[in-house]
Amino acid sequence: MEHWFTDLFLAFTGWLVGLGLSPVLADAALLIIKWIIIVAIIILNIIILIWLERKISAFFQERLGPNRLGPFGAFQTIADALKLMTKEDIVPSAADKLIFKTAPMLFIVVSVLLYSVIPLGQDMQVLDLNVGILFFISIGSLSTIAILMAGWGSDNKWSLIGAFRSVAQMVSYAVPLAFSLLGVVMITGSLNLQDIVAAQDNVWFIVLQPIAFITYFISATAELNRGPFDMPEAEQELTGGAYTEYTGMRWALFFLAEYTNLVAVSALMATVFLGGWQGPWLPSWLWIIIKTYAVILVFFWIKWTFPRIRMDHLMSFSWKILVPVSLANILLTGAGIYFFQGMGWC
Amino acid sequence: MFDTDIYSVNVGPVHPSTHGGLHAEAIMNGEIIEDVIVHLGYVHRSVEKIAEGKTYQQYVPYTARLDYLATNLPVMGYCQTVEKLLGIEIPERAEYIRVIMAELSRIASHQIAVAATGIDLGATTGLMYAMRDRERIMDIFAMTGGQRLLSSYIRIGGVAADIPEGFIPAVNDIVNDIPKMMDEYNDLLTGNEIWGARMKGVGVLKAEDAIAYGVTGPNLRASGISYDLRKAEPYSIYDRFDFVVPTRNSGDSLARWQVRIEEIGESGRIIKQALDGMPEGEIKGKVPKNLKPEAGAEVYHHIESSKGELGYYIVSDGGAKPYRLHVRAPSFINLMVLPLISRGGVFQDIITNIATLDPILGESDR
Repeated sequence: MEHWFTDLFLAFTGWLVGLGLSPVLADAALLIIKWIIIVAIIILNIIILIWLERKISAFFQERLGPNRLGPFGAFQTIADALKLMTKEDIVPSAADKLIFKTAPMLFIVVSVLLYSVIPLGQDMQVLDLNVGILFFISIGSLSTIAILMAGWGSDNKWSLIGAFRSVAQMVSYAVPLAFSLLGVVMITGSLNLQDIVAAQDNVWFIVLQPIAFITYFISATAELNRGPFDMPEAEQELTGGAYTEYTGMRWALFFLAEYTNLVAVSALMATVFLGGWQGPWLPSWLWIIIKTYAVILVFFWIKWTFPRIRMDHLMSFSWKILVPVSLANILLTGAGIYFFQGMGWC
Repeated sequence: MFDTDIYSVNVGPVHPSTHGGLHAEAIMNGEIIEDVIVHLGYVHRSVEKIAEGKTYQQYVPYTARLDYLATNLPVMGYCQTVEKLLGIEIPERAEYIRVIMAELSRIASHQIAVAATGIDLGATTGLMYAMRDRERIMDIFAMTGGQRLLSSYIRIGGVAADIPEGFIPAVNDIVNDIPKMMDEYNDLLTGNEIWGARMKGVGVLKAEDAIAYGVTGPNLRASGISYDLRKAEPYSIYDRFDFVVPTRNSGDSLARWQVRIEEIGESGRIIKQALDGMPEGEIKGKVPKNLKPEAGAEVYHHIESSKGELGYYIVSDGGAKPYRLHVRAPSFINLMVLPLISRGGVFQDIITNIATLDPILGESDR
């Protein structure tokens, strides 16, 4: 079971080379196949996640949730997707049409790119980058631009306020987000995600870096625009924020991108702090799925429990608490490494 | 260097957090509120004018539409006003049933306030908890009046029909569960850090401002003034019950929120006492078929509604229809402090303030 997918890929390239293709072209073909699989995984994940979130929130709130279409309402998401696709595509006449139309596409592209560096199992990675974490953080921050474009292009006060808030929030929280990952990087001495997973052979980094885990979790919630930090959307205040003017599939793209981001960030959290694909008995790709979903469930839990935080509190929380704490964690980690090396323990 | 223009944002009339048809125009300087202009009239249905074309009996259902979240309270207020005008006696049992229904309405209304504050501040689970509990009260209304929301069960001279079988145990169940409900709201929201940060010191209404603006109800009591018409000028049979008037001194949003939750508990206590003390007997007094007050007769009567002091002023010209009817709507007056308490706050505070002032637009726009 462990090598199902890697064997399949090897057999595929072997078959292509056997057909007379040069190995370079066969690898390129494999890369395309990998991307198709990634997109398939994302879409499948979203279908499951939307249903799961609706069911879990219903469970929290003592409702039933979707229960009409299919077993336990499992096909509700598909019906909703069909509805969204057949809806009229409205572009406000005052909107900056190019920016308005590009924004959702950019958002989803950026989210999908995040998956290229995540190890989805042993030897299962689209790109084995030696600066994997750096790539993830920098690409992740690009989604800010998509939201700003959406807010600017819509020519609507609500959208613009939502977009501005989003930029302020994401820029502020990218700092503690990066800092909290630094502790792990210092211990492993590598930015490569496979190396980080390998370094957690004996003990997960959540044990060695508990403070970093908490700061990362909070900053990630803010980066994902999820409750209680869902400022850009803030339905009750900003009537939908940056997405106010979007309809049908364009709106759905934002929605999809947010879920895509959610899975990516949770997978990174599982990779960096929870031992990645490592685990006993089960194959590696199943372990990463289990760990990612466990993290996602905590995200759901938080979102459906907390009220939304106020914008100024949000900013001061990042700069006055999260940044100092994550900096102190770096200092502590450095001192710890120095101490351990001095004692000759590692 | 960073000069920003003053701009305005229209919160409403079509906005998820404006409770119906409120249009609050926020004059903003960046994220800071410079001023709020409240525009009303989006749900104006000429409720007062309609009264001039209806007989006293016919007008009863219209009053329920004033405060559609606490329907028995405005109906009770109107019926008592007409009874006062005509000197109609009401049997004991009817008074007790009225008090039970009125207090149930108060609980339902405060639960909506809890729910709406929850959803407005992004705590969707808070909404569902309160709505779930309110649903049980709606079932009671359906049981007595045949309608969940606008039951018009209270009539001039008493109530429409005697309480049905199963009413007392059902109400008893709800009353016994009220402490549990309050704990749940408090555990989920009141003690929450984010909730406290969004509510504490937000929308502070000082006691002297509250009096100057004529604010009544929980909003006044949250500013430290223990004024409740059920205690101050006991109407109906409220002087027979033992209950306290919850107050807070800070006057901020958290105080208004807490006062409402505590009032749910006090209403529960009143209902319990009313259930215990309810006598057997008639449920409707002697009401003449054609209600015709003397020409020139006029009356003002006010009750403590869930939103504040709800008053009716009726002038008669001797006909079967009121010559003029005026409603002193607490929500209308309470809303007028919105600009005062919002100035200087950040944009999100408007939402908090509207939610904790708990206006009902059906009453503001008559």
